[in-house]
Amino acid sequence: MADGIKDKIAILGMGCTSFGERWEDDSSDLLIEAFLECITDAGIDKKDIQAAWLGNHFDEVNIGKGGCYLANTLHLPYIPVTRVENFCASGTEAFRGACYAVASGAYDIVFAAGVEKLKDVGYGGLPDSPFFGQLSRLLSPNATAPGMFAQLATSYSASHNVPMEKVKQALTHISWKSHQNGARNPRAHLRKEISEMQIADSPLVAYPLGLFDCCGVSDGAAMAIVTTPGLAKKLKPNQDLVKVKALQISVSSGEELLLNQWDGSGLLTTRQAARNAYIEAGVTDPRSEIGMLEVHDCFSISELVTLEDLQMSPPGKAPDDILDGFYDLDGQVPCQPDGGLKCFGHPIGASGLRMIYEIYNQLLRRWPEDRLVKNPKLGLTHNLGGVPPQNVSSVCILGL
Amino acid sequence: MVGITSYAGYIPRFRMNRMTIFSSMGWLNPATIMNAAGDKAVANFDEDSVTMAAAAGLKCMEGFKPHEIGALYFASTTAPFKERLNGNIVAGALGIGEDIRVADFAGSVKSGTTALLSALEYVSSGSGEMAITCAADCRLGRAGSVQEMVFGDGGAAITVGKKDVIAAYKGSFSFSCDFVDHLRGSNSRYDRQWEERWIRDLGYERFIPQAIEGICNKYELKINDFDKIIYPCYYGGARKSINRKLGLEPNQVQDDLMMEAGDTGSAHPLLMLSAALEEAAVGDRLLVIGYGNGCDALYFEVTEEINSFQIRKRVSDSINRQAELDSYIKYLAWREMLPVEAGMRGEEERLTRWSMVWRNRKAILSLQGTRCLECGTQQYPPQRVCVNPGCGAIDSNEPVVLAGKGGKIVSFTSDMLAATKNPPAIYGSVDFKDGGRTMMDFTDCSLDDLQVGKQVSFSFRIKYIDNKRDTTFYFWKAVPAEEESQDG
Repeated sequence: MADGIKDKIAILGMGCTSFGERWEDDSSDLLIEAFLECITDAGIDKKDIQAAWLGNHFDEVNIGKGGCYLANTLHLPYIPVTRVENFCASGTEAFRGACYAVASGAYDIVFAAGVEKLKDVGYGGLPDSPFFGQLSRLLSPNATAPGMFAQLATSYSASHNVPMEKVKQALTHISWKSHQNGARNPRAHLRKEISEMQIADSPLVAYPLGLFDCCGVSDGAAMAIVTTPGLAKKLKPNQDLVKVKALQISVSSGEELLLNQWDGSGLLTTRQAARNAYIEAGVTDPRSEIGMLEVHDCFSISELVTLEDLQMSPPGKAPDDILDGFYDLDGQVPCQPDGGLKCFGHPIGASGLRMIYEIYNQLLRRWPEDRLVKNPKLGLTHNLGGVPPQNVSSVCILGL
Repeated sequence: MVGITSYAGYIPRFRMNRMTIFSSMGWLNPATIMNAAGDKAVANFDEDSVTMAAAAGLKCMEGFKPHEIGALYFASTTAPFKERLNGNIVAGALGIGEDIRVADFAGSVKSGTTALLSALEYVSSGSGEMAITCAADCRLGRAGSVQEMVFGDGGAAITVGKKDVIAAYKGSFSFSCDFVDHLRGSNSRYDRQWEERWIRDLGYERFIPQAIEGICNKYELKINDFDKIIYPCYYGGARKSINRKLGLEPNQVQDDLMMEAGDTGSAHPLLMLSAALEEAAVGDRLLVIGYGNGCDALYFEVTEEINSFQIRKRVSDSINRQAELDSYIKYLAWREMLPVEAGMRGEEERLTRWSMVWRNRKAILSLQGTRCLECGTQQYPPQRVCVNPGCGAIDSNEPVVLAGKGGKIVSFTSDMLAATKNPPAIYGSVDFKDGGRTMMDFTDCSLDDLQVGKQVSFSFRIKYIDNKRDTTFYFWKAVPAEEESQDG
């Protein structure tokens, strides 16, 4: 059995733009903004980068296909640039490509970038697109992301016998917490604290999800430069090294969509990716060993079920933990300390790298006191792309 | 013996009280108050003449094996395609297969009876054992017009054959003439009428008696030999006058369903015939007349088989399943008579890729999936590699038609963001009876009608309309079971 990439990769530098409605900026502006921070943090030259991966989902909205956009924006000198797309895990996929390039020994300084420009769509929400191909467009409902994720709530309520009122209370607390955290983060898209009552009373988008159960749809870019721990130590002798402890992806087999066995109350892919990641990282009791979470809260219900899928809360008990404040910034395992997709925003291709950026800076204790996680230990990032019955999940664990 | 072996009517669930129309449009044409009694049956936003013909056809064919049908005739004056055989779409929805004769009958609301005659002659001539006629119409009247008041949406289907005949076909009489009481050019959505008095007095009042006289003379019958005279005529006054002239007793005249539905065009004589068959007794003689640029008269005699015919109430079931459409504006929006702001999401590209549709036509039209021959797992859409993780057999499966199976709700939502002509879009995950699961649109329901575990049946509906390319695309939707009555 392969032994994975634990402790084989160190992050040399990271950059992340503020997320939001960046009406004055093209994808290229966002990439350059994040790159300036990233390359400065890494303390290297552009010419030291040997290979690059670019994560992006809606190529049709902005950057087109292939790797040229990144290479042409930064004028990377004839290095390999690969564009990857795997729904909302696209940013993490770019990071994975870069990590594997270093772990394989093919390169020793590699660049992973993610960018998305969603505010050139012309209407709210994500653009309509043949996500699962043209045939699926004929055989499936003309569904939207909120509609597909909302069904997790009806199924969760039915399979765990938790009344919808209680599920809604927990969802409201999730969004309230993200707004609390986002308000302290100068780069977040949505920076307003709001009351639980405002959240609960927001207009319905897709039953049972209201407006405040949905994450921000944003423009933004995030990136990382990775290398070997040996080289990182030489280049940054006076800094702690943030290392990759595990990086796992799992994709739906079709059973969730086609077989009538899945109860729809959680993600089989997340459970699989988490199991693999805990083995890779050597984590045996995630609830006590993981110190902070950045999960894919595209919708409040996604965060709720993910907390169970990651084995942080026992099955059916996430609502209790959430309402107890277990995942609040001052709770035992803060979840979404940067505001999450909900408030930091969700430029799809950048989101995975944005989560890693948050964990990286928390581990390096770079944030102001009021938004530092008290005991970060290991940080876990999670992406969930596609729709619950047909999706890709990623789990990445980082630590010093 | 050749004759009718099954029948069914389909009235769409929505009914609009005609006073709802009058209260919106009566200012324009106050005389329409004369027509403002009762309900107009209104096709849902995802229904048209093809889907309603299919709905009637599916009900009509309950208990039949689809491959026994040798011919399908579709009749309508509002077929969605001028070219592309509409009947093939209906045949697909009925799961009939492709070794079949299919034809569209159009051009007049008489087309329903002409199609039925052709089906009877197809069987009589020995060309085949069984044929089905599916008729439906979804005619528009201009806002404020009499037509808008009197037209109703609906469909009907009749199977004919030689075995288990419930009403023997005894004969027919037809005449056809270029009597233009109304017309609709090939580029027009709405029809154009000549003076109503002329339509009434020269049209219905002369032609209906002429048809009856013709068939009586041809077969040496008297009008009183018939137990039911079934003819469409949406002018109440003219109807009374015809009945009086012919000396018909009230119980000898089949109700025209104007109060419950309205005139359903090509389907109407077949719908009324189906309603008559619901109540008919052994030995009853039925005379059905199709009217439009001439007339067809068809004569049937009910056999003893009617007593063993399963589920007689195949029109009234549809009449009783109803919901009120209380907004005239919503009706206009559904029929695209009123330009509405559907949002930019609704403007996204909807090119229909016909080569792909061809390869997948059975999955699309017949809701045909696969059943694994190794492990028995049923799956949709068809899978070459069995999805059961314990099996995984490749290319070892048989087709299975899921349309008639129904299923139950696994999850659901009601989506205000999704582009639809009738927000919110209601959809969810459904488990098929006997295995397999899919994500489907729900229709003919509201959020309150849904719960996890509830039974659904499947209905063939419009999936989308691509106005840019004048194309309607069809697929299946789930319809939640009606609430069981408290005392049932």
